[in-house]
Amino acid sequence: MSGFNAGFNGRGAWSIFTFELLRFLRTAFQSVLAPVLTTSLYFIVFGAAIGSQMPDLGGVDYGAFIIPGLLMLTLLGETTSNASFGIYMPRFTGTIYELLSAPVGTAETLLGFVGAAAVKSLILAAIILATARLFVDYSIAHPLLALVYIVLVAAAFALFGFILGIWADGFEKLGIIPMLFLTPLTFLGGTFYSIDMLPKPWDTIALFNPIVYLVSGLRWAFFGTSDVSFGLSLGITVGFLALCVVVIAFIFRTGWRLRT
Amino acid sequence: MSEPILEIEGLSKIYPGGLKALDSVDLSIRKGEIFALLGPNGAGKTTLIGAVCGLVRPTGGTIRAFGHDLAHDWRAARRRIGLVPQEMATDMFEPVIRTVNYSRGLFGLAPDPAKIEEILRSLSLWGRKDEQIRNLSGGMKRRVLIAKALAHEPELLFLDEPTAGVDVELRKDMWRQIGALRAEGVTVILTTHYIEEAEEMADRVGIIDKGRLLMVDEKAKMMARLGRTEALFTLAAPLSQLPAVLADYPVELEKDGRVLIYRGGDGTGKGKAEVAQVSKALVAAGVDYTGIDVHESSLEDIFVQLIDRDKVAA
Repeated sequence: MSGFNAGFNGRGAWSIFTFELLRFLRTAFQSVLAPVLTTSLYFIVFGAAIGSQMPDLGGVDYGAFIIPGLLMLTLLGETTSNASFGIYMPRFTGTIYELLSAPVGTAETLLGFVGAAAVKSLILAAIILATARLFVDYSIAHPLLALVYIVLVAAAFALFGFILGIWADGFEKLGIIPMLFLTPLTFLGGTFYSIDMLPKPWDTIALFNPIVYLVSGLRWAFFGTSDVSFGLSLGITVGFLALCVVVIAFIFRTGWRLRT
Repeated sequence: MSEPILEIEGLSKIYPGGLKALDSVDLSIRKGEIFALLGPNGAGKTTLIGAVCGLVRPTGGTIRAFGHDLAHDWRAARRRIGLVPQEMATDMFEPVIRTVNYSRGLFGLAPDPAKIEEILRSLSLWGRKDEQIRNLSGGMKRRVLIAKALAHEPELLFLDEPTAGVDVELRKDMWRQIGALRAEGVTVILTTHYIEEAEEMADRVGIIDKGRLLMVDEKAKMMARLGRTEALFTLAAPLSQLPAVLADYPVELEKDGRVLIYRGGDGTGKGKAEVAQVSKALVAAGVDYTGIDVHESSLEDIFVQLIDRDKVAA
């Protein structure tokens, strides 16, 4: 009984966090290898093969230009999937009973599940950047801002994935959002091109795609050049994160899809 | 044994579809007792446990555990409550020891390898601590669920159908485990379909049906109040009427006077004594008989009787 605090259950949060992270390490081969392989293929095709024929964009070599977009592509997909699976699997197998009967609340659950999903994504981001180095020579203009921004995006989409994992009542629904929305929107969000390159009215329509702001924000942190201002990108990221927190707070308060 | 550690008042649960799973249930559980909750399928047993353990949101009523109101002070209360669920819900790909350590941490306790080893040894799981749960048999998986529930050293333990689907040997083994927990001062609330289980272990029994608690009493008192002895005397020659010496006993003739039946007693042994007196009275009255078949009503008989009575009342 010693070590238990009547308020915040730090050990509970830490237990969820480490348990989730160990689960990730158990499947590290597939969790790491698949995104690394995919990213490598993108670099080979778009960076080396097609990229060598492309002019610099905003003074940035095309091979380097696509790094933030590719990083965002993996970050959004993997973070959302990891976080959604993290909470969906206990619901699916029934082991969620333990979480619901334990002295852990919203804060501990989020820190555990969302924290683990975000950390997994940061590990992946580091691996992807290292992989990119094998193909392209690049330097990061604002490394600290880039790190903060990646952490914010990882946290926001881990929260989003958590909501998805609670909303989903089957594996199909779990895959729908990343597959049908996130991946296409990221592809169309300036991963491989600058919005300026689009003909009218597509350059304006593209601004309705929220992913544009995420890719643009990271690209500014990397190269100091972007389609929209970094402040706007940061604001949209923080706003999305706050919205997810509000939704999750509602879920825990009402017990929606968690408690009968 | 008299201090209440769980007090439930007016607990109700109505599901969105209108199903009334719990109907104003009042229940008080004493420290250190083994309480068996009996009821047919869908009676509300699991809902009641779920409401206490945080899995079900009650529609009305209050639950106090260890003096804490569960609606507000749930952290402090839940820390001291353990749950072994009815469903075999396990992290199949995790090794046994990791999932048990996880449970301890989840409830806010510092790692204690010695305690975890003690728990796993007591459940004969120590030798398989590094195996993935999916490789274990059904009975061993159920032991893992018990180990997880015990990992944070709960003072109040809920066992929802703990022996469902396990073989006789394992069931007896679990009874021994539950007995050991009681010896350590753990209060146990169990639901079961095996009335024999309740008869074997419980100090008190509650009978629930259609969300209503029909009766709560000490097992011995319940048996005394509702228990019956039935004795069938097969007579050597049929009787047309009862001998006058048996006027004060609850006896009657059946099967055209060829069988004399005694139905009485109270489950405490009074019935058996009266059966002996009836047999002597028959001999004294010169009534010969060729056989006696004595049957004591079990807790199961009482359970069936109460549920049937409830059905008629409904």
